[in-house]
Amino acid sequence: MKITRKEVEHVARLARLELQPEEVERLTIQLDTILNYAAKLDELDTGGVAVTTHTQGAGNVFREDLVHEALNREQALANGPDQNGEAFVVPRIIS
Amino acid sequence: MEFFSLTLAQAKKQLELGNITSVQLTESILSRIAAVEPRVKAFITLDRDGALAQAEAADRQRRAGVAGELCGLPLAVKDVLCTSTMRTTCGSKILENFVPPYDATVIKKLKDAGAIIVGKLAMDEFAMGSTCENCAYNVPENPWKPGYVAGGSSGGSAVAMAADESLASLGSDTGGSIRQPASLCGVVGMKPTYGRVSRYGLVAFASSLDQVGPLTKDVRDCALMMNVISGHDQRDATSVDTPVPDYTAALQDGLKGVRIGVPPEYFSQGLDPEVEQVVRTGIEMLREAGAEIKEVSLPHTEYCVAVYYLIAPAEASSNLARYDGVRYGYRAGDADSLVEMYSKTRSRGFGDEVKRRVLIGTYALSAGYYDAYYKKASRVRTLIRDDFKTVFDQCDLVVSPVTPTPAWMIGEKADDPLALYLSDILTISANLAGIPGLSVPAGFSGSGLPIGMQMQAAHFNEEVLLRAAWNLELRAGIKDRKPELG
Repeated sequence: MKITRKEVEHVARLARLELQPEEVERLTIQLDTILNYAAKLDELDTGGVAVTTHTQGAGNVFREDLVHEALNREQALANGPDQNGEAFVVPRIIS
Repeated sequence: MEFFSLTLAQAKKQLELGNITSVQLTESILSRIAAVEPRVKAFITLDRDGALAQAEAADRQRRAGVAGELCGLPLAVKDVLCTSTMRTTCGSKILENFVPPYDATVIKKLKDAGAIIVGKLAMDEFAMGSTCENCAYNVPENPWKPGYVAGGSSGGSAVAMAADESLASLGSDTGGSIRQPASLCGVVGMKPTYGRVSRYGLVAFASSLDQVGPLTKDVRDCALMMNVISGHDQRDATSVDTPVPDYTAALQDGLKGVRIGVPPEYFSQGLDPEVEQVVRTGIEMLREAGAEIKEVSLPHTEYCVAVYYLIAPAEASSNLARYDGVRYGYRAGDADSLVEMYSKTRSRGFGDEVKRRVLIGTYALSAGYYDAYYKKASRVRTLIRDDFKTVFDQCDLVVSPVTPTPAWMIGEKADDPLALYLSDILTISANLAGIPGLSVPAGFSGSGLPIGMQMQAAHFNEEVLLRAAWNLELRAGIKDRKPELG
């Protein structure tokens, strides 16, 4: 097994996903199949090979630090499921 | 001939000649949508009133002599592109009521050119899928055969072309999501070079792989759309500042001096004999057009799927962290703490495939596994990119099938994620290498399902793809064949 039930539960917690027991069961099998397939990459010796992030080798992009027109507060808050006109409202963090 | 069956270029010509108005054209498209939508289910959101209002405005502009390149032409776009006047769901329940505060750069470019955005097209949730079965709203059906998949993830965009529900459309392609549905539905689809088209306002799936591109009824329309959407954008730091040519100038009859590579790795086991037959016949047509055909090798092809299904989920798990119920989208209302609110929101808002990929990605990036999975995959990605570099010293483009089989029945592969991932094997490499790829109709299976040919070229060489595709289209003789939709 590449991945256990317990690991799936751990990763789900990291990803902020709540899984039902039968989902954990099914996903453990599916993830194991996929990770076993991915182990195919171990056939290749990549010791001296650099990683690719941007395929044309682009680096950082700089621009002048200028003020541009941006969303106003009303627009920025418009899609908030709970907002009070000034901020997004969320459940209490500190009890 | 009904207006809705015109190509983009033909409709543009008729508008310019004054033979039709944008209102007539838009009404024709809207009535076509009403007639065929129950059968093909391509749209998530339709904006009839908005479209007609835009058409009236376009007609006024044209009378005033200020018509843009696409003035008055009704289009539709994949629901992954932000539109300030229409909700943008990404095929997900979590964004059911999300109306973006801005337009994606490509949407702005279309609007600035005068195009009318009629509606938003169905897709797999967050573009994760190859069939559109992961769409939380409706599952589009292949116009050529009821009950068959349209492909994905830009399935709605391909269906809208094949069913004449729009004159042209946009999709996005992370591992084949434009080319695969284009092939399965018998239309033209282009994934441009990474960086050719701005990703600003394209809802992110895997940022190092995603690219916006056109799906159209023919090759000329693809070139027209590329002229409008290409170019550098300050708002997308990965877009590249390279001059945009007039892509329609690439549509020359004849392929003298063009070297075409055929990689045996793309014709290996699992390839449907009918698909192979159609593609090999297409290659002969390209030879007759004057191209030189030679065998080339892409030795790391067999590793593409494994690399992709580590890199794409890893990037997705990071990109999709933003759906937490705070700033937009669905929020679970019954949570006592912030963390519980996040978890409940995401568990109810995301579908199965999205959860699966977020989990794979989180695992591949988690402590102790990063080097073994994500980093390893990123190194093999370099080998795949280098394969293409070598090949493009020997030829100008590489041709192959797009998919190992024609369309299959809805539900047929829905329970086996890995089997479905493996069907992406022929399209993934273009995204990993960042090169442009195109699917052009090449023929049909015995049961009447379309089969496309894939063409891939070096970075920023979209022109040679359009030229080769144009020559195949001229010779394949299937351009006027349309599905029976009553």
